[in-house]
Amino acid sequence: MNWKRAAIASLFVVPVILLFAYGLTKDPKDIPSPLPGHEASPFALTVFAPGQPPLARTPGDTIRLSALKGQVVVLNFWASWCLSCRDEHQVLSETARSYAGQPVHFLGVLYNDEPANGTQWIAQMGGQSYPSVTDPGARTAINYGLYGVPETYFLDVNGRIAYKATGPVTGGLVRHLVDSLMAAAK
Amino acid sequence: MTHLFAALALAALAAVQQPAASDSALDARTAALSAQLRCPVCQGLSIQDSPSELSLQMRAVVRDQLRAGKTPAEVKAYFVSKYGQWILLEPKPQGFNLLVYALPVLLVLVGLGVIAVAVRKWTRPADAGA
Repeated sequence: MNWKRAAIASLFVVPVILLFAYGLTKDPKDIPSPLPGHEASPFALTVFAPGQPPLARTPGDTIRLSALKGQVVVLNFWASWCLSCRDEHQVLSETARSYAGQPVHFLGVLYNDEPANGTQWIAQMGGQSYPSVTDPGARTAINYGLYGVPETYFLDVNGRIAYKATGPVTGGLVRHLVDSLMAAAK
Repeated sequence: MTHLFAALALAALAAVQQPAASDSALDARTAALSAQLRCPVCQGLSIQDSPSELSLQMRAVVRDQLRAGKTPAEVKAYFVSKYGQWILLEPKPQGFNLLVYALPVLLVLVGLGVIAVAVRKWTRPADAGA
């Protein structure tokens, strides 16, 4: 074997292999968002699903982000056609209910779906404790850099995006983030 | 009086046609810019080429921002601020992204070098190696 040639070939081949190996450790679907740390885009969206007392809002009401300043906001984008949204629905609904009376606001945003489908889905899933709003033209979704559902944004009391979760959230994650943001506000 | 009506009719016709001309210019600018933005729910497609609903909605945002007077650079900066550099189909040639541009060229040059050495060896007269 010509060791000199093998060594020269390795000088070129090994870095390329290492680069490909590094690429294999990355999840191509896990695209980092540039938004955490930045001010959340304002919105004024209309309630179509009221939620349940004590978190209920009247259908047709407008919910503005500006009115939620001073509260931790959990903004969850979902759709009736989204299978993964089913995995997190109960967790979000129960967790939201457990924070009733505290400066925390859960809000569902319907993404590329009809309100009638959303309402039917909520009924099938046994209800939703917090209200959901429509997002015509997905303008708010695009403002939040959304590329699929479910995605959940955690906003601090100053209206800055603290964290973006891609995929179904767990109760542990939601509580950890909400509790951390409330503690940071004190 | 006939001349007046004719003049008014021509002016009305011109007014109706002008928006169409500026719309097609806006359409062309929207298409050109949309071709540079990645569809977030596709594999390697631009929002111009993708039929997905999100792509259609992003094209509408591009169109609205261009109509409002924003430059293509400003519109791209808006999408980068929301999605990161990843949203550009051609990443900026800086930092780690430089590897994407440099590596193919480097590999081609190395390949040509290997071919040149191999061809020289194969075309060497048989008794030269003895």
